[in-house]
Amino acid sequence: MKIKLTFWKLVFLFLMAAGFYATVVRFTEGLGPSTNLSDQFPWGIWIGFDVLCGVMLAAGGFTLTAAVHIFNIKRLRPIVRPTILTAFLGYVLVCVALMFDLGRPYRIWHPLIMRNPHSVMFEVAYCVMLYTTVLSLEFAPIVLERFNLQKPIKIIRGILIPLVIGGVILSTLHQSSLGTLYLIMPEKLHPFWYSPLLPVFFFISAIAVGLAMTIFESSMSSKHFGRQLELPILQELGRVLVVVLSVYGVLRFEDLLHRGMLKLTLQPGYEMYLFWLEIMLSLIFPLLLLSQRKVRMSAGGLYVAAVLVVLGFITNRLNVSITGLESAAGMHYVPKWTEIAVTGAIIAAGFALFGLAEKYLPIFPAEEPHRVVERQRAMAAQVLEHAGD
Amino acid sequence: MSKALLYDATMCIGCKQCEQACATQNKLSYDDAIAAEERQSDHKYTVVLTKSDKFMRRLCMNCQEPACASVCPVGALRKTAAGPVTYDENRCMGCRYCMVACPFGVPKYEWNKVLPKVQKCTMCPDRVAAGKPTACAEICPTGATKFGERDDLINEAQQRIRENPGQYVNHIYGLTEVGGTSVLLLSSVPFEEFGYRTDLSKDPLPILTYRVLSRIPDFVPLGGMLLGGVWWITHRREEVAAAEGQHPKGDTKDQQERKP
Ligand code: SF4
Ligand code: SF4
Ligand code: SF4
Repeated sequence: MKIKLTFWKLVFLFLMAAGFYATVVRFTEGLGPSTNLSDQFPWGIWIGFDVLCGVMLAAGGFTLTAAVHIFNIKRLRPIVRPTILTAFLGYVLVCVALMFDLGRPYRIWHPLIMRNPHSVMFEVAYCVMLYTTVLSLEFAPIVLERFNLQKPIKIIRGILIPLVIGGVILSTLHQSSLGTLYLIMPEKLHPFWYSPLLPVFFFISAIAVGLAMTIFESSMSSKHFGRQLELPILQELGRVLVVVLSVYGVLRFEDLLHRGMLKLTLQPGYEMYLFWLEIMLSLIFPLLLLSQRKVRMSAGGLYVAAVLVVLGFITNRLNVSITGLESAAGMHYVPKWTEIAVTGAIIAAGFALFGLAEKYLPIFPAEEPHRVVERQRAMAAQVLEHAGD
Repeated sequence: MSKALLYDATMCIGCKQCEQACATQNKLSYDDAIAAEERQSDHKYTVVLTKSDKFMRRLCMNCQEPACASVCPVGALRKTAAGPVTYDENRCMGCRYCMVACPFGVPKYEWNKVLPKVQKCTMCPDRVAAGKPTACAEICPTGATKFGERDDLINEAQQRIRENPGQYVNHIYGLTEVGGTSVLLLSSVPFEEFGYRTDLSKDPLPILTYRVLSRIPDFVPLGGMLLGGVWWITHRREEVAAAEGQHPKGDTKDQQERKP
């Protein structure tokens, strides 16, 4: 355990050092020398991965708060906090990545006073800004609790439900709007990915990834912190995941069918391979796995399926933002090492911050007496639920 | 009324004086090396392409309903009533959405600068506002690049095609492309040969995103009511139970307050 820890620390230090060097290049020499971006290919992995995937991976925040606080699914309560933490860190890191990508990062506040309501980017900017505020308010009680500040906690709890509703609406808007961003380029984006339904696809897949990330995180925490969700909760999440993935899959292929693109998916080619890689990872493998009762019921099986779903939809976002635009640009884009270094450092920072928070803040309801109370409560709730049947 | 440029490739002699005048007007450097560059870039807003004895100009089309202006989150790019699509570098935050969105791949970026700008032809907005033609049209020795009212230029282009059948491709490029542009092109060789896409839709592109965006004002109150309603219904059972004294009221986060 000790050796492993030092190994990860070394990895972390290495990523940070590389990221630091790349940061210096980026801000002293500009985007040209620090990236492989060009006039033909103006958006690279900082948008395709850091922003699109970052926001998607943080979708657990709104999915779960909605399930627990709005739909009143109490069994999921123990994982609300780690998911909010992930979402909060996710959005903060997305903002950090944006600072790298914007040509003039010090003007990131411009949309506040210079408005163009016809711009999807403007809408995304506003939603992300507001939702990060919502997340910090949802996250604040965890910190306040640590320092035992009851007054502000009470205030936040008083407005919790409107806050959660606001968060869900904002998330719905900007998760889908990241897809809407690409609606303006029907002639540029490859027909595998260009669809009038892009906003819908982005939204549904965000929910799927939100669920998968929750399963994934639970297993990660069990490895590194010895804390894990109870299996029934994971199984429940797995079940919902199957439904969401199936809905997404049906819609996706119906859309291809109606646009007459289904045949195209069988003609070998660069886009075709990446399309099927995405579909395999995000839909076929996870659904095959989860259709097995044995897999669906085991923590390990659920973990593998969750990882596949996450990888699959990361592929999807990269396909939309990079693969799908390459033929129109007439070139292949491969990120420069400095672009990867910045991304790597941001991810490493995310893991480190998560670890720190988990160590010093009451993220998991782990205290034993409390847990007993929690369980009793859950049982009582269940009894009550069945009493209502 | 809105102004436009009509470029007739059959009248062009490839002298590249329009390139030079454009550079001077926009305070960009211009020399033989730059003149030889056959593509638009951050230091070359317009380019005269050559293919054996045929020529073709490329420049910002200054669309009637420009995708670039519709996507710019801070309104740095704007379509003016007079025709030009202008750029305000003091607003631009460098998101480069305009570059991704432009169907003609026009906006270019100053990749090698620490504080970069977007660079594109803006159809000499100051000159146009002062009632003068654009720099390129003014200098053109043959009238291949002509400045005028868009409607008049369309009539003239139609007339030229009508009177010289066989000399032109029967198409005014820019008349309907993405809802029409303020730069109109006539040519004797197919436009694709010079990299102009002829598969562009006739509808303005901004409609595609606006169709979705315009639903938001309706969605927000509706979504709020819906979620609030679900909350009210799902928590109703507990309220009843609490009233009957069977179960502690509300299962929201307040339980943590009662922590030992
Ligand atoms: S050609 Fe491109 S940059 Fe020029 S106005 Fe049209 S959309 Fe904007
Ligand atoms: S790069 Fe500048 S001009 Fe282009 S969309 Fe972004 S803010 Fe607007
Ligand atoms: S100035 Fe006129 S003739 Fe000369 S290259 Fe330009 S358009 Fe052609």
